[in-house]
Formats: sequence, structure tokens, C-alpha cells
Amino acid sequence: MYGVNASDRHSCSWLVSQMQFMLLFSRQGKLRLQKWYVPLSDKEKKKITRELVQTVLARKPKMCSFLEWRDLKIVYKRYASLYFCCAIEDQDNELITLEIIHRYVELLDKYFGSVCELDIIFNFEKAYFILDEFLLGGEAQETSKKNVLKAIEQADLLQEVRRLCFLKAFRGQKHFAEQYS
Amino acid sequence: MSPSVRLQEMIRVIRSARTQGEERGIIQRECADIRAQFRQGDNGERSHSLAKLLYVHMLGYPAHFGQMECVRLIASPRYNEKRIGYLGAMMLLDEKQDASLLITNSIKNDLSHSSQYVQSLALCTLACMGSAEMCRDLAPEIERLLRASNSYIKKKATLCAVHIIRKVPELAELFTPSARTLLSEKNHGVLHGAVVLITELCKRNPDTLDQFRKTVPELVQIMKGLVTSSYSPEHNVAGISDPFLQVRILRLLRILGHNNDTASDAMNDLLAQVATNTDSSKTAGSAVLYETVLTIMDINSESGLRVLAVNILGRFLLNNDRNIRYISMTSLQKIVQTDHNAVQRHRGTIVDCLKDQDTSVKRRALELSLALVSAVNIRSMMKELLIFLSFCPPELRSQTASGIFNAAERYHQSFVLHIYLDVHLSQAGGDVRDETVPNLIQLITTASELHCYTVHKLYRALVKDIAQQSLVQVACWCIGEYGDLLLKGECEEIEPLQVTEDDVLDALETVLQSHMSSPATRGFALTATMKLSTRITDNVDRIRSIVSIYGSCIDLELQQRAVEYNALFKKYDHMRAAVLERMPVMDKNSPGYTNGDTPGEIKEPDTSKPKPVEAGLLSEPASQVCDLLDLLGGTDTPLQPSPAPTSTPTTTSSADLLDLLGGLETPHSSTEMQKHCCVYVHVVPTVSVYEKNGLSLKIQYDKQTETEVTVSLIASNSTQNDITSFTLQAAVPKSVQLQMKAPSGNVIPAHGLGQVTQTVLLNNPNKASLPCFRFVQLSFLLNLSALFMHKLDYTFIPPTGQP
Repeated sequence: MYGVNASDRHSCSWLVSQMQFMLLFSRQGKLRLQKWYVPLSDKEKKKITRELVQTVLARKPKMCSFLEWRDLKIVYKRYASLYFCCAIEDQDNELITLEIIHRYVELLDKYFGSVCELDIIFNFEKAYFILDEFLLGGEAQETSKKNVLKAIEQADLLQEVRRLCFLKAFRGQKHFAEQYS
Repeated sequence: MSPSVRLQEMIRVIRSARTQGEERGIIQRECADIRAQFRQGDNGERSHSLAKLLYVHMLGYPAHFGQMECVRLIASPRYNEKRIGYLGAMMLLDEKQDASLLITNSIKNDLSHSSQYVQSLALCTLACMGSAEMCRDLAPEIERLLRASNSYIKKKATLCAVHIIRKVPELAELFTPSARTLLSEKNHGVLHGAVVLITELCKRNPDTLDQFRKTVPELVQIMKGLVTSSYSPEHNVAGISDPFLQVRILRLLRILGHNNDTASDAMNDLLAQVATNTDSSKTAGSAVLYETVLTIMDINSESGLRVLAVNILGRFLLNNDRNIRYISMTSLQKIVQTDHNAVQRHRGTIVDCLKDQDTSVKRRALELSLALVSAVNIRSMMKELLIFLSFCPPELRSQTASGIFNAAERYHQSFVLHIYLDVHLSQAGGDVRDETVPNLIQLITTASELHCYTVHKLYRALVKDIAQQSLVQVACWCIGEYGDLLLKGECEEIEPLQVTEDDVLDALETVLQSHMSSPATRGFALTATMKLSTRITDNVDRIRSIVSIYGSCIDLELQQRAVEYNALFKKYDHMRAAVLERMPVMDKNSPGYTNGDTPGEIKEPDTSKPKPVEAGLLSEPASQVCDLLDLLGGTDTPLQPSPAPTSTPTTTSSADLLDLLGGLETPHSSTEMQKHCCVYVHVVPTVSVYEKNGLSLKIQYDKQTETEVTVSLIASNSTQNDITSFTLQAAVPKSVQLQMKAPSGNVIPAHGLGQVTQTVLLNNPNKASLPCFRFVQLSFLLNLSALFMHKLDYTFIPPTGQP
């Protein structure tokens, strides 16, 4: 059984609903981001990823964005060269999941300025930080685009400030002779 | 240089690798570097190293040596190190790893950190990968944060609480009080989290659910505010104000209103308002409408509201967006039982969706179509489904086939008949066996809604060709019984054909006069002609004259009938109508099939993926399918509960189904089943020993001397596949020696293309006992896969012996 069986985890299976994971991958099937909201071993994750990527890549362009896979519902959408793919459970609303995907893409776009796949490759940790400001435990934590971006900005600033303070302390050491922009 | 550059440099180098081997080499070097960095301890480089490691991990390479580093970095006072450390924890650690427990303390400390961004890191990590133990440890902290913090932290703490409850349901009580107060928050993030939390609490505990029902008015207010509010740019998505929050509130309302009249009443107006006012031109609006429809259907809503909901779904069904159509069918599936008629109205569109390119849509359309099959539409639906079966993608085939058979079970008699008439008659030379005539007639009488269709179909078959005696008999019988329906001219699902009384009588007379017709057939035709005298109006005189002609027929049976019918016309005319009335529905008595016996064990090795549905398919409606096979003049074997295909190879079940329906044109010789008691026979030159599953085994008596008897075993195969590994075990009395020579071949070719002969010598030197032998067991491989084994009990005695 792949994924975590929904009815195992909850005492009442009626209206079970949670996002189990989100995957981003390229048209060649290379994984660019993976966020898991259920506990699975590395081996299981790899297997799921491999199979799901194959399944989604086999879909034709005009097909609908939803498919049944194992006992999950898969919602996916392609943006340029990246596939955004979410696995939700039986009672979840597929259409709102599409909106969640779209919101995430908008956030990335705003942050990176016309985001493209390379941005996500070279700044993958930032993509994760943004995702973690938008979703928490598989649920949307902030429904305002502005607030998410503001929080990221502040956190980034904090990171810079702290780093600069720290580096000042190391001034003079050979290790840190480089210039900082 | 900003720290990311080192990471980005590494990424660039890795991507420039031209081969997998080159990439592996680079990765190995980098990992060695990273390990060295980790060993060096605190030098400001650790976060970069971990980031590099996380990238390597994402490529699929092992990164477990970074786990402890994550723990260390999380404990660091520096924000950038914490940030990457927590990310690393979420990627490399999960609750199954022991190392995850080590971060519990750090998380606890960070939950009370002065910086909300540090708190946020801790909350995020806990909600993502917190194990049950960690959750238990930290639950009080989370509860505190739920109550007393800013909205930024509150919204995260709320979702963290959701995770805790999912992991440790007993802790639900801890969060119930605070959840209630959170509903009065204005911040959308917190509100959204609160609604999710309350939903989770209500799902797990019916008492809590009761408690939270009191919040329905409050939730309704919030929704109203969202729906009617003026444009708020912050939360607006395509004209909908915060669709995420709306959807969550609607879902909570669904749970609260389910099975509860008061709550359902309280939300009625709101739902109507949302359903009418929401603009569904974009996905956001459709998402809200979709959730609304689901809620309406799941609570005790007024009928007007339900109609509104089904109409919305109907509109969705016609939407250009394939996603919306898919969603609509999913919802219709949920309500097809309760609001059957409403959904029936959309049957046409749903059946059209069977032809959609997308398999997901096809699947939905299939499920819905099967649910919509009813007594009224069974014929047209079966047609559509059968067409679909021939074109559908392989993954849907078994579902389609079993769906069709389930429908058959519900409306079985008519369906079987209909399939027979449609599928089988249209094939050249409908092969109806003598024994099936009464079965078919019985079937026809029970399928009353198909009488018109049946008689039309059979009449046309009769007009085309009268060579097949059984078919002609059934046709005559039908025309006699249902002639009035035939004369009416029109019938559903068949092109109208004007049939005059003369046409009908011509057809019957042709049968009567044809030299091809057997006496029994002519009897049928005569009776049918007589019956028509009460069902037609103009040509009764013609009937009278036909009947009187046959009063002097040479055939005794016909003569008797004609004389009696004449009497009906003359002396007993007042009784004629009553005598020739429509026959009542005949009860099916004991199976008219000759298949009474079980043929011993039929073992079949498990071929690749035998679908359990196939087995059910073949075994469940066994009696109906037996009817079918019987009608079609199929194999001799009744379908056993074990999944043994008869003469078809084990392919997909649609092939089975279509084969069952019409592929069984294999000619069979003698049809009687062997009885399984000892059969002592006086030997005729060639006697049949075994006649089953397409395999035919005969014994030919060659010659006999005083001490020796020679017979030949002749095996032939009328199935579509070769039979191999044919073995026969025989037993002989002690004093008789059995010698079986080499057979003429190892493979018995299919389609009766060849025979295999084997000479058997019975040596009886003592002349004391009977030179007989007894067949004990027979086994063979059909199509190299299906193993058939039969216990036999057939004793062969040469002519001089006595039983």
C-alpha cells in the first residue's frame, strides 16, 4: 500500500481530508521539490515519486487535472516546464487544491520575479521556505498573498542581519577574507 | 559573496556533468567535503554545507550522515543556521528516525523564543514531522500559543494543534476550549486555521460535534460577510473573497448540519445565497460552488435547495472545462442513489462523456452510467455499455464487464434475451439447439417488456431464412403468441417495418409448406397460424382455409391438429378466443440443461494476475450465464464456482464476455455428458469415452485374438487452442497387461485440424479374466496454461466379455 492509508490514520474515515504530499518535477521527470506531510520511509517516498512522475508525465495535454492513483486523488498542473503535483485524500476538494497550487506559483513568481525552473533549482531552499510560509501540515496557513510575502521578506532580512553580525565577529580570519555584497 | 553562491556553484557544477558517472564522482567529492566541514565544528560554514547536502539528497543520493548536523544546527543560536537546520530536519528526519527525538528540546525552547520567526520554524517543523511522542511533549506549549500570541503565531499554532490531534487523538480535549474562542478572530489566517481545527475536533468526537453545533450562526455570519463583502484586494481571487476560507467553512457546516434539522435549517438561507450568487466562471468560484453543492446534499436541506444543487451540477456537466465536468460527475455519483430521478435527467450527457478522451472522465462516466441503469432504460444503456466495452481502455474493462453483469442480474431475464436477440441472431447461422427451444420460449414469456421487440426480431429472422429448425420453431411460437404486437408495426429500438396480416400468414405458410421444415416445426407453424385467428381481424378466412387443408395431411400429428382446430372454428367457436388466449408466464422448472454432473476437479494454475473480478464475473450470475450459454449452444460444462474458463483462453474479461456472448461457434459432436457411474457398454466399432471442454476421446476397436485385444485411442480437439501434455491413466485387472504404444503426436491441434492416435494393447495370456481396462484419470494442458484434470470411470470391455 503506497502512501499512508487514510482510514488507518483516522478513527473515523468519514470526511477524511489532508494533503499527503506535494511534488514538483520537470518534464524529464527530475524532482525539484518534495514536501511530505505523512511519515514514510525514504524507500517508499522514492517508489511513490517514481511511479507518480511516470503516471503524470504519461498524461496528454488536454486531459483533466485530476486522476485517481492508488487510494489518493492526484491534482496536478503544468506551469511552463514544471509539473506541480499534490496528493489529496478522498473528501478533499480538487478544485480548491488547484487554487492552492496556483497560489503557490504566484508566490514564487512574486518572490523571484517571473519565476522559471532555474530559479527553483538554484534556490531550492527558498522555494521550501516560501512553501512553509504558505502551507503548514498540508493546510493553508495564510490566505493573503501579501502576508506570506511579507513574512518571507522579514525572515530573509533576519537571516541577512544575523549573518552579517556573525561575520563581523569573524573579521580578520583567513576564512572570511572574501567580500560580501 | 553571499552564502548561496557556494551552493549555487556546486549546483552548477553538478548540472554540467555530462554522464551519470561524472555526476556521481562530483557528488562523492562534494559529500567528502561536506563531511569534513561537519567534523570541523562551528565555523560559519555549516549551514552552507547542509544546504549542499540537502540538494544532493534531492537528487536521490544518501544523506543520512547529515542528520546529526541538522540537530546541531537547530540548536544553534543563529537564525540562518536554525532555518536550514529545521529544513534539513523536515527533509532528512522523520518520526521513524531516532534522531528526531533529539530535536524535541530545541523545538520546545524555540517555541518560546523572542523572535516570532524562530517560533515559526519550530511550529512548522512540528506540524510537518512531529511524532506522537513529540506531540505529547509539546502539546501544552502549543495550547498556550493558541491562546496568547500574535496572529502570525496563532495561525501556525492552530494548524500545529491539528497535526497533534491527528497524531494523538486523545489530546483533542486539550484544544477544544481555545478553538471556540478563535472563531471570533478577524485575521483570515487564524480564522482559517480555527475552522480546520474545529473540523478536526468534530470529526473525532460526537460530543464535541454537538458542542460546536452552537457555532453555526457564527459561521453563517462569517460566510455572509465573505460573500457579500466589498472588494478586498488582499483576499480576492478572481472575484471571490477568500475562497480557501469559504470552502473550509462550508465543509465544517456540512459536518455540523449532517443529520441535524436545527443546524440544517440555520444554514439553509446562506447556502441558497452562496449557490445563487457565486460566480463560477473561474476555478475559485467553481470550487466554492462545488463545496456548496456537497454540503447541500449532505445535510437535511429543503427540497428546493436540493433541486438547486442538482441544477448546478447539471450546469457543470455542460461546462467546457473538463475538470468541472469531472467534478460534476463525482458529485452526481454521490447523490445518484438519493436523487435518482434528478440525475436521470442528465443521463444523455453522462453517456456522452463515455466517449471523452480522458480516462479519468471515462471512469466517472462509467460509474455513473452503471448507477443510472434502470428497468426503463436497460436496453439502450446496455447497448451503450456494450459499445463502450469494445473500445474502452484496458484498465476499465473489468469494471465495465462486471457492471454489465450486475445489471444483468437485476434485470436478468430480459437482458439475457435481449443480448441473445441482438448479438447472436445477427451472426450468420444462429445456432439454436433443440433442447433450448423450451428454455428460450420460457425466457421470452417472462421478458414481457421485450415481447414486441422479440417478435419483430424473430419475424425478420424467419423471413430471411427458415433452415434453422429450432429458430423457426421459436419464431413461429412468438408470432403466434404476439402476432398482434408484430402487426402494430412500430417497436422501440428497431426500424419500423410495416407488416401486414398477409405477410405474416405468408411467412407461416412458407414454413408449413417447405420441405426443409421438420414435422415438429410444421406443428409449431400450424398452431401459430391458428392462434393468429384471434389476433388478426381481416384474414380469418384465410386461416380457416389453411387449417382445413391440413385436415387431410399425411402427417398424423398435423392432421390431428388441423382437425381439432377446424372443430374450434366450427363447433366450438365460442371457446376459440379463450382457448387461444395469451400464454401465462412460465415458471422455470428444474434446469433444463443436461449439465447435472460435476466433472471432477478442474485445476487451473494461477496465470499472470487473474483478476478477482473475472472470477466473480464468471461464477456469480452462474444461472443466468448458464441460460446464456445454453441458448447460444455453447459448451457442455456449466460454469463452476472455480474460475475455470471453458474453451476460452484466459485473457481479459471482456474477451470472456464477448466470447460468452457470441464466440462459441465451435462445432461440437455429441452433447450428452458422461454420467459418472461405471458404464459398461457393448463395444461398437468406435465409442466415445470423453466429450468435454472441446476434447473428444474415442476408442476404436481394432482386432482381437485369443490373448490380445488391440484398440486405438483417437483424440481430437475442437477448441481454439492446442492441447498438449495429454495423459491418460488406466487401470487393468491383475492378470491383464496393458501396453500403450507411442502416440502419433504430442500436440492435439486446435479446431479439429488433426487427431492423435494411440494404439493400446491388452494382453491377456491367461485368458482367465476379462481383458478390460478402466480409465481412471485424464489430464491435459490447454493452450499451455490451463490444466484440466478429470477423474474418469469408464470401463472398456471387448465384445466377447460380459459385464
